[in-house]
Amino acid sequence: MNATASDAPVGAVIAAFTVNRAFGPVVEGEALVSEEGFSPRYDLNRWTGMITKPGHKLEGQSIRDRICFFPTAKGGIAAGWAFYDIKNKKIAPRAFVFGVTNPVMVQGAIFAGITITEGWSQPAGQVIANGDWVRVDPGRKVVEVLRRGVAAHSGQMTEQRTNEGDKR
Amino acid sequence: MKLNSEEKDMLAGGRGVVVRDAMAFQISVGEFWGAERFVPISNAHMMGDIEVMGDAGLDWLEHSCEHKATCSVPTTTNPRCFDFNHVQDLGQDPGEAEKEKRIIRILRDMNVVTTDTCINYQTVYQPHIGEHVAWGDTGTVIYANSVFGARTNYEGGPAVLAAAMTGRTPAYGFHLNEHRGGTVSVRIEAKLDDLADWGAVGKIVGEAHQNYFSVPVLHGSGRSPVADELKQLGCSLASYGSMAMFHIVGATPEAPTLEDAFRGKTPRAEMVIRDADLERVYAGYEVGDGHAPLVVFSGPQLSILEMKDLAWRFAGRHVAKGTDVYITTAPSVAAEARRLGYLQVLEAAGVQLLEGVCFYILQNLSAMRVAHGWNNLVSNSAKLVNIIGAHKFNTILRRTQECVDIACSGRVDGGAA
Repeated sequence: MNATASDAPVGAVIAAFTVNRAFGPVVEGEALVSEEGFSPRYDLNRWTGMITKPGHKLEGQSIRDRICFFPTAKGGIAAGWAFYDIKNKKIAPRAFVFGVTNPVMVQGAIFAGITITEGWSQPAGQVIANGDWVRVDPGRKVVEVLRRGVAAHSGQMTEQRTNEGDKR
Repeated sequence: MKLNSEEKDMLAGGRGVVVRDAMAFQISVGEFWGAERFVPISNAHMMGDIEVMGDAGLDWLEHSCEHKATCSVPTTTNPRCFDFNHVQDLGQDPGEAEKEKRIIRILRDMNVVTTDTCINYQTVYQPHIGEHVAWGDTGTVIYANSVFGARTNYEGGPAVLAAAMTGRTPAYGFHLNEHRGGTVSVRIEAKLDDLADWGAVGKIVGEAHQNYFSVPVLHGSGRSPVADELKQLGCSLASYGSMAMFHIVGATPEAPTLEDAFRGKTPRAEMVIRDADLERVYAGYEVGDGHAPLVVFSGPQLSILEMKDLAWRFAGRHVAKGTDVYITTAPSVAAEARRLGYLQVLEAAGVQLLEGVCFYILQNLSAMRVAHGWNNLVSNSAKLVNIIGAHKFNTILRRTQECVDIACSGRVDGGAA
């Protein structure tokens, strides 16, 4: 569970946790881990994909093409349409991995064809850091870390994108 | 999920491709949540405006309409993002307004009643205890479950349309007895004298127990709440806590006693809310330079009794120069307020009315904020001051009379404690 990118073979799983419920295709991408809940209405600029709510723990970060880890869902109904909208604007994340969520987040993700899961066997923040390269496998109900990002090694929360293949 | 013969026929395309796809979508959602069957619904209420749907949603809607999709149960709409009488003065996009009109035409062709209100439970339809419905807008959901004892989950726009077309929804969440019992005990020792106080309670409870399946049980206040107070409480719990149900012992139908509210189980958590807790909420808002360029009564739309109350409070006064004051309500309530003379009193005071919209969903709101120089936004709605954050307003919750006084002085006092 404590291996680093430098000594992990390509494709090896460095760390993992399971989820309770899941929908969608297997996806890989760069992790965006939040300590705060999420709503596309409350927190997101739905024209840029940036978290814009002042004071949000991820303010200034983009969710585009990320694997988003949120402990909770906020509010509600907008996600039903909004996820389909941001998917078509090409600013959607590759997956939503919620600790607890609500039905509209699920309805919205399924309608948009975005992978979504709920329920963590352990807190995501204990396993995954911003910038890690992760895989979400809804069929096996598992989230796996394939490579540590720069942020995890330096202790800083700066973003670093990798160029590994998207298996979406 | 177990399907009956009618449901199997719909899934096989017997009622057309749109209903087939709707059924498949509902099954995917139901299976995610472990639903074993569908339940028939009697009523649907949907969100569908261009601001949240975008062009992709509009295209999907047009596709559905072209394939003769139609709603099989009475279906109504949540607020729009345009009051077409105010497109120009609000600086909204005329092109987007035309798209909004197309949405309205399409929905009417699909047998939807475009009521454009988030207070359908006060103005349109009141389901009875145990009645299954499919409602969107979180405030409508929590009111239906809690105050009427009806049964619905949060249903987003496409999910409502799917339910309206198939006449059913997957049986999970708040359609089932097992999720309707209380989980959090909230003893109310505070005096709740204003609508904003009820919203503040929702903020305190919702933030502390943010979970769709948390069901707070309020008790101890010794006062019977009125509908508009329950409305503010519910909208706030839904906004801060993403909650879909609450009980008030002795007031809501599934909580005649504390034991009934918890279904005989022990609460997972207990809270006490005192006057000092409410004051901490109000003191927690930064007011910057104290300028109040914008006061909004919205989120949810106002009832006719709230319109009357505000007319009484604004009578003989005038909004300060440099301050904009908006009320939003349903078209039906606006017409009644006009007939009764309340609207004329408000307009004489300089208050502006927006019909059929809710403030936070207005199209082009971020740019509107900048263009109008709106930084501080003052409201008596705890939901509104929470939900509008992505547009970068600095929001401030105040009691109703304070909001009126702020509107007329252009100044807001107080700050972080």
